[in-house]
Amino acid sequence: MSDIFVLIEHRQGKIRDISFELLNCGRKLAEKTNSNLTALLLGYNTENFVEKIKSQAHRILVINSEVFKDFNSESYQIALSEILKKETPFITLIGHTACGMDLCPALATQMEFPFTTDCLDVDVVENKVKVTRQMYDGKLNAKLIIRENPSYLFTLRAGNFPSEESSLKTEIINIKSSVTEPDYRKFVEYIEAVAGDVDITKSDIVIGIGRGIKEQENLSMIEEFADNIGGVVACSRPIVDADWLPKDRQVGSSGKTIKPKLYIAIGISGAFQHITGMKGAETIIAINKDPNAPIFNEADYGIVDDLFKVVPVLKEKVMELK
Amino acid sequence: MDIIVCIKRVPQTAEAEVTIDSSGKDIEKDRLSFDINESDSYALEEAVILKEKFGGTITVISVGYQDTEDTLRIALAKGADNAIRVKAEDFEHIDGYKTSQILKSVIEKESYDLIFAGCIATDDAYSQVGVTLAELLNIPHASLVINIDTSENRADVNRELEEGLMGHLDISLPALFTIQTGINEPRYASLIAIRRAAKKEIKVIGQEEINKDNLLLNTEIEELFIPPKTKEVEILTGSPAESASKLAEIFKEKGLI
Repeated sequence: MSDIFVLIEHRQGKIRDISFELLNCGRKLAEKTNSNLTALLLGYNTENFVEKIKSQAHRILVINSEVFKDFNSESYQIALSEILKKETPFITLIGHTACGMDLCPALATQMEFPFTTDCLDVDVVENKVKVTRQMYDGKLNAKLIIRENPSYLFTLRAGNFPSEESSLKTEIINIKSSVTEPDYRKFVEYIEAVAGDVDITKSDIVIGIGRGIKEQENLSMIEEFADNIGGVVACSRPIVDADWLPKDRQVGSSGKTIKPKLYIAIGISGAFQHITGMKGAETIIAINKDPNAPIFNEADYGIVDDLFKVVPVLKEKVMELK
Repeated sequence: MDIIVCIKRVPQTAEAEVTIDSSGKDIEKDRLSFDINESDSYALEEAVILKEKFGGTITVISVGYQDTEDTLRIALAKGADNAIRVKAEDFEHIDGYKTSQILKSVIEKESYDLIFAGCIATDDAYSQVGVTLAELLNIPHASLVINIDTSENRADVNRELEEGLMGHLDISLPALFTIQTGINEPRYASLIAIRRAAKKEIKVIGQEEINKDNLLLNTEIEELFIPPKTKEVEILTGSPAESASKLAEIFKEKGLI
């Protein structure tokens, strides 16, 4: 059986955390299938990156070229398709990130590899490849059987394979590449987030609101509660999409990662993108009327009820006890 | 500027209880409401905004069952000119990859400058149909697009990356973009427009026009199950007043207030 491959992801000169999760998942798959793990590293000034991932894979295939300084899925696709054609790995893992989502479906389609995105786990059972992933707003998991083929491509969701120590003997192989950035898709620049008046990462108490808040006018109730308890108001994506709060208040993978002492999720169902941003909070409270909302899987304490009945009382009680 | 928008009618599960049906491979749909997938509605709005600016036509396409025509009619009412339904009932099992292949065989016969799709469907949550379709059509793509500034044959787009960062790309047309929510403010259809759209024809395409023997399925659902608990939550019971009081006491005990 051929190798397991993982694609190392980096941005603005730093290896992204997902890379170490991919390496961990890849090592487990390699062990299970009695094969080797290869890390694919496409970048510029890659020495520093190689140093960071050395001992985490049996081989590192490195392309060191200015073309790969910043991520452009089309340049990556050209280079990776050449490598995959030559190496024919069994399973290739890419992060389910903005990069992976842009690259995997196109690369797999070009290679005619069966693929699946946003996997929580990839497993090989009696030569059949099966993956676990989430559906229906994270309310159900699905186990999928993947069409049989010599090679597969998957994107892996962050958070399921925390990085682990490893002491493999690593062979480093440098590959020359003549890939240039195609004219039909050019990377221009990064645009940094604009800072707002409140920094939600600095507060000990954060009140997060979501879709369940229903109307913009209900925000004032939450703001009063936040003032009383000495916290700040943050939110999940739908609130920013509706323009009720600015982008810098969004907690989640495309927004901010917060680690407050107390996080109170009000009317938030708990999409994984949101969970990613708040699971580091010391104490997590969820108030939601749906007992099956995924947020309750992350909470320490929960109230399954109508937020409009709970929050006013909670505000009063907090005032009394303060 | 001619734009094709790929849309999907999905069960609205964000606020609803979701239960597994007797097959163990699908969900009970009877009590769920259905509507256009959230990011698809932003994709449609972005097309309407570009049409208002540059002229041209919008064609909405969906692979779906009969009731998908209701969703397509709403799209017509919001500003689309043509609507095509590919009969899902002709294709048995459909996953993201198969959907892309079906869409490809329809769209390759159409002319277009841009194709939009939502960046993720809230039911199966793959985030793959748009990008796969672009590859099958051999046109450039960008996913998770949060801003578009287009001229006749090129577009400047911003992709949403992680942690508030965006990536600015310069892409030649025709191209396919998958649209992220929040890019615009989707409009509501007026009653007059809905009434007018009710009379418009929806083109229906079935297996006689798409060779289904060549379509590949990447995935097959073995089972659906409730996600295992990762953390034991303590549910505070009682009336809203009681549960809220219990919670306030916990804050006090933990020294949080």
